[in-house]
Amino acid sequence: MEIAGGLNDGTGEMNESKVEKSAGQDIKIKVLFFARARDLTGVSETSLEMPDGSTAGDCMRNLLVKFPSLQEIYNSMVLAINEEYAAESTLLTSKDELAIIPPISGG
Amino acid sequence: MASAAAEEKDLVEILDASYGPIDTIRYVDFVRDPAAGAIATFEGTTRDTFEGKSVVELRYEAYVPMAARRLAAVCAEARASWPLLRLAVAHRLGTVGVGEASVFVAASAVHRAEAMEACRYVIDEVKASVPIWKKEVYENGEVWKENREFRERMLLHHEHGPAQKHNQTSNGCCGSKVKVDGADHRTKEEDEATTV
Repeated sequence: MEIAGGLNDGTGEMNESKVEKSAGQDIKIKVLFFARARDLTGVSETSLEMPDGSTAGDCMRNLLVKFPSLQEIYNSMVLAINEEYAAESTLLTSKDELAIIPPISGG
Repeated sequence: MASAAAEEKDLVEILDASYGPIDTIRYVDFVRDPAAGAIATFEGTTRDTFEGKSVVELRYEAYVPMAARRLAAVCAEARASWPLLRLAVAHRLGTVGVGEASVFVAASAVHRAEAMEACRYVIDEVKASVPIWKKEVYENGEVWKENREFRERMLLHHEHGPAQKHNQTSNGCCGSKVKVDGADHRTKEEDEATTV
């Protein structure tokens, strides 16, 4: 069963994405884009509403629909949830902060 | 400036763009200790050339709260591995001109071997796992750099994240590489920095 979900990223645009609705409440998470990721999306942050039980990977796939240009770094980036590196399989909860981390270059 | 200290003996500072040049003496003096026989330091500086191109400057940005957290964890990891007295690490953000320091590490210990190894460990970890990025600016373009150490860590521990997986004080959670069947194929283009 697929239901189109609206995603308001603050630019006023509503994007439809196919999201499987589960029994729980939708969760709202904040997404941060850094460096090249920010260049590609044009924004430093956005928010996502996802079904309860969504993983970081689900969010990432959602973001790819919303920002197709992220494909460029998709295979070289990592994710962080609440300031800790996280696997794609990590479950998200409401008010989590997801960061898109392109290859780093400190030092 | 964002500061974090796992204990009073560690000083971690991320200096925002308005801060100016790193005051390296301050960090050396922080780690100075009457019990120390050695202070080891590392200073990372902007060089004027990359692959034949003239570098005008480097510009740094960071996911500050996570970088501070990760640096504090790196200091804790260093303490778990070597007998150290005091540790300090500072990373500057914003524009860092040629010859200027972007990062500074200082470590003190009773003996020089531990101080030098811990110092090396900290900078290696900055390169591999701390969410800081730099853009290399040339006369006619700019490029986001990518640390080889980050790629190596990601590929080596593709089931885990860039944080050291063996240390309990750090985040051992998994990385987020998209899993594809078979080996991870890196093209020559992926090995090079992404051109803006």
